Amino acid sequence: MSTATTPPPTTERREAAASAAAQANRLRLLNVAFEARAFIALAVLVIVFTLLSDTFLTVTNVITMTKHVAINGILALGMLLVILKGGIDLSVGSIVGLSGVVAGELLGGVTLFGVIAYPPVWVVILVAIAVGTLVGAVNGILVTRFNVAPFIATLGMLYVARGAALLISDGETYPNLGGDPELGNTGFDFLGGDKFLGIPVSIYLLAILAVVFTVLIRKAPFGRWLYATGGNERAAELSGVPVKRVKARVYMISGACAALSGLIIASELTSAAPQAGETFELNAIAAVVIGGAALSGGRGTVRGTLVGAFVIGFLADGLVNLGVSTFWQILIKGAVIVLAVMLDQGQQRFQKRGAAAAAAAQTPPAQTPPAQTPPAQTPPAQTPPARTTQAPTGPAGTDESAKAPAS
Amino acid sequence: MTTPILTAEAITKVFGGTHALKGVDFAARPGRVTALFGENGAGKSTLMKILAGIETPTTGHIAVDGEPVVFTSARAAADTGIVIIHQELSLCANLSIEDNLFLGRERITAAGAVDRKAERGAAAAILRRLEEEIDPRTLVGELRLGQQQLVEIARALLQDARVLIMDEPTSALSEPEVEVLFRMIRELTADGVAVVYISHHLDEALEIADDVVVLRDGSLVATAEADDVDLGWIVRQMVGRDSDSLFPDRNTELGDELLSITDLVVPDPANNDRLAIDGLTLRVRAGEIVGLYGLMGAGRTELLEALAGRIPIQSGEVRLAGELLRRESIRDRIARGLMLVPEDRQRDGLVQTMTVGENLSLAGLLTFVKRLFLSKSDEDTAVARTIKDVTVKTSSPKSPIGALSGGNQQKVVIGKALLTDPRVLLLDEPSRGVDVGAKADVFALMAEQAQRGLAVLFTTSEAEEALHIPDRLLVLARGRIVGEFRRGALTREDLMSASGGSVPHTGAPAGSPVKTGSSVKTGDAS
Repeated sequence: MSTATTPPPTTERREAAASAAAQANRLRLLNVAFEARAFIALAVLVIVFTLLSDTFLTVTNVITMTKHVAINGILALGMLLVILKGGIDLSVGSIVGLSGVVAGELLGGVTLFGVIAYPPVWVVILVAIAVGTLVGAVNGILVTRFNVAPFIATLGMLYVARGAALLISDGETYPNLGGDPELGNTGFDFLGGDKFLGIPVSIYLLAILAVVFTVLIRKAPFGRWLYATGGNERAAELSGVPVKRVKARVYMISGACAALSGLIIASELTSAAPQAGETFELNAIAAVVIGGAALSGGRGTVRGTLVGAFVIGFLADGLVNLGVSTFWQILIKGAVIVLAVMLDQGQQRFQKRGAAAAAAAQTPPAQTPPAQTPPAQTPPAQTPPARTTQAPTGPAGTDESAKAPAS
Repeated sequence: MTTPILTAEAITKVFGGTHALKGVDFAARPGRVTALFGENGAGKSTLMKILAGIETPTTGHIAVDGEPVVFTSARAAADTGIVIIHQELSLCANLSIEDNLFLGRERITAAGAVDRKAERGAAAAILRRLEEEIDPRTLVGELRLGQQQLVEIARALLQDARVLIMDEPTSALSEPEVEVLFRMIRELTADGVAVVYISHHLDEALEIADDVVVLRDGSLVATAEADDVDLGWIVRQMVGRDSDSLFPDRNTELGDELLSITDLVVPDPANNDRLAIDGLTLRVRAGEIVGLYGLMGAGRTELLEALAGRIPIQSGEVRLAGELLRRESIRDRIARGLMLVPEDRQRDGLVQTMTVGENLSLAGLLTFVKRLFLSKSDEDTAVARTIKDVTVKTSSPKSPIGALSGGNQQKVVIGKALLTDPRVLLLDEPSRGVDVGAKADVFALMAEQAQRGLAVLFTTSEAEEALHIPDRLLVLARGRIVGEFRRGALTREDLMSASGGSVPHTGAPAGSPVKTGSSVKTGDAS
């Protein structure tokens, strides 16, 4: 039997507890800083650019930048769901191009039974979004039914959707999506051009989607299933979570979001190019990752993703505003993404340490007077990390209690 | 006594919230086999991993030949002659036997290439010593489990160990293979090697042991020479108290038949040519706790997973409260009142990224839905009630699940199942990796649920549990039931012989019992 150390005198104990509490406080502060790191990054960006440029923090510029953010933001929200599930969707950039092309084709008239029909704008929009959803559904079927790795399945659809866009358009750009009053199909430019109370429609769309997604993943059972599937698919399945349905849905939603982004772009430009949206998937992934989501799944928030999209958008536009060369812009963006992920690793280690500390402090039953560890509010980081400061008392305490029933 | 090669002093190890080891001393002496005993979760494997450099101790010292050492990796430990044979196989299935044997220590020719010829010769020689005549070029993935285990052993032997640690080396070996292994161990000790031996088969471990060390709940509770002790003494040290306090007494009132399985056949999901369950028939009634005892590979997990809808059945009939289950999904079965508490908590039971509360409510989530959305207050109430019912010790339902000890995590998995309001509860090794106190709580929970009218079917590989917990114990071997006993009507020897299948028992059904991989030595237990 290992010898049980005698408990240290009370004063020493109190001091140890106090220093432990101080350390816990430091841990908690650091944790908060980590959690808010995307916000902090955004704030730093805004401050730096405002100091360097007179035109950065003006109402018009902020609105313009936010309009740019909206396109990536909507893509990123769809991507967030896929990443929460533990997957990835590389096909969204191609869906952006495809949905614009579909809109262009429909606005140019469709030949049905020898008659050229000109569908109204709302039909055009619905069809384009349906096409995006369909591509997402194919992704979903490939992943759930045929067990293709998400990376490969969506990489394949990246090419298929792009190829389809090029085939439909014959590689040409649809130059005028304004429609013709005589044909009753005008108004497509409202998505990208119209403003309401001085704010472009696309920004409202981003905001609405953000609210809807927040409610979806926080209040609906679907959201809990999504986090569970991404966190541990096997456990989720054994708990009765309809894992396959959840997986298929997120790709469909992501496809629909990408189609909406494509429509906004086409509407802004009142033209649709089959090449539109190339490499957009990477911007969307970057926004989600900067926003604190784990690529392994199960961790991430709508709020974080939005902030991530703003960081990427403001960074790009701010650098343009300063006249930094495109080549430098690309390099800086890459550095920011890597930095964000490194910080993320740091935070995870931190939370683990906090959790271990909290649990270790709990283990010796009824040894510590309750006053030392307030049980009412105990996120992991608050309790002292017993590993470093209390190591001798912890094990000895449990030793004694374990001995009791044996004797 | 000879001076030990390897000594460990006051080793402690803290994992997350669990104190896996609490100041353990240990020594491995040349020419002797030290058998390490302890229940699951007692800290045996953790201690061995620390000695082999795989884990670092939280506090404590290790010395080799009296010189203090700090191992930073398994490689560093191996370089000083301490080699471990893992409980989990650590072979690359896509490589050949010889490639695996020399992985990371390839023999190199003067030109810098891998010396295939030398490797093949050495590999063939070591396999011959193990009396396993396999071509060293065979892919490890094509070997059966027992052969893979021998390859693992061969790899350790090739490293000229001074201290050889064997963690459950025989779990997949057949009886003749175990005999060969024991002969090898004797040869090694004759050469002055120190062997540390861990096995669930207590009699087998006692047979080979010179020294006996017992761990309980992370503490060293006893050491002795093997000649001075018997199995009964070891079990008492392991459990540390009278079995009665661990295993609740209860009155059973049986109700309707809730689970009935007839002629069930389940193919082995890992190997389609083999049947994991081969014509099994059993009934569980409301209020009854039925235990399934069997060795590794007997088909326990496959049976429960097939019942839960995780793996498909080939033929046979499963009825839940009289209704035939056909191809229902896991989800449908849960909705109809059949839920599994899986064996591997980390892999199958918990979502590590979620909180205690979210894990608890996951399976029963739809009961909290009001008009499309989750009712937070309903969920919180149910979670708080369950935390109290299953006595989970947690500071808050919002704590991350990883902050809980193994026992409390297990209670969360059980609580999650109870929140679905099941009629039949399946538990696969519910006490694995759970400390003694929590173990008693888990059994009490099972008894309580049976009292409420649930049918409980659980598996165990621990004889003590098999003897005391279930109202009725079924012994499983090779996918068939080879023995059925009422509580109190069987002894440890009955169990050993029935599960090993080597000695026919009057309680076993007619027909010749099948032989399975386990060495059984009766008569050691008093």
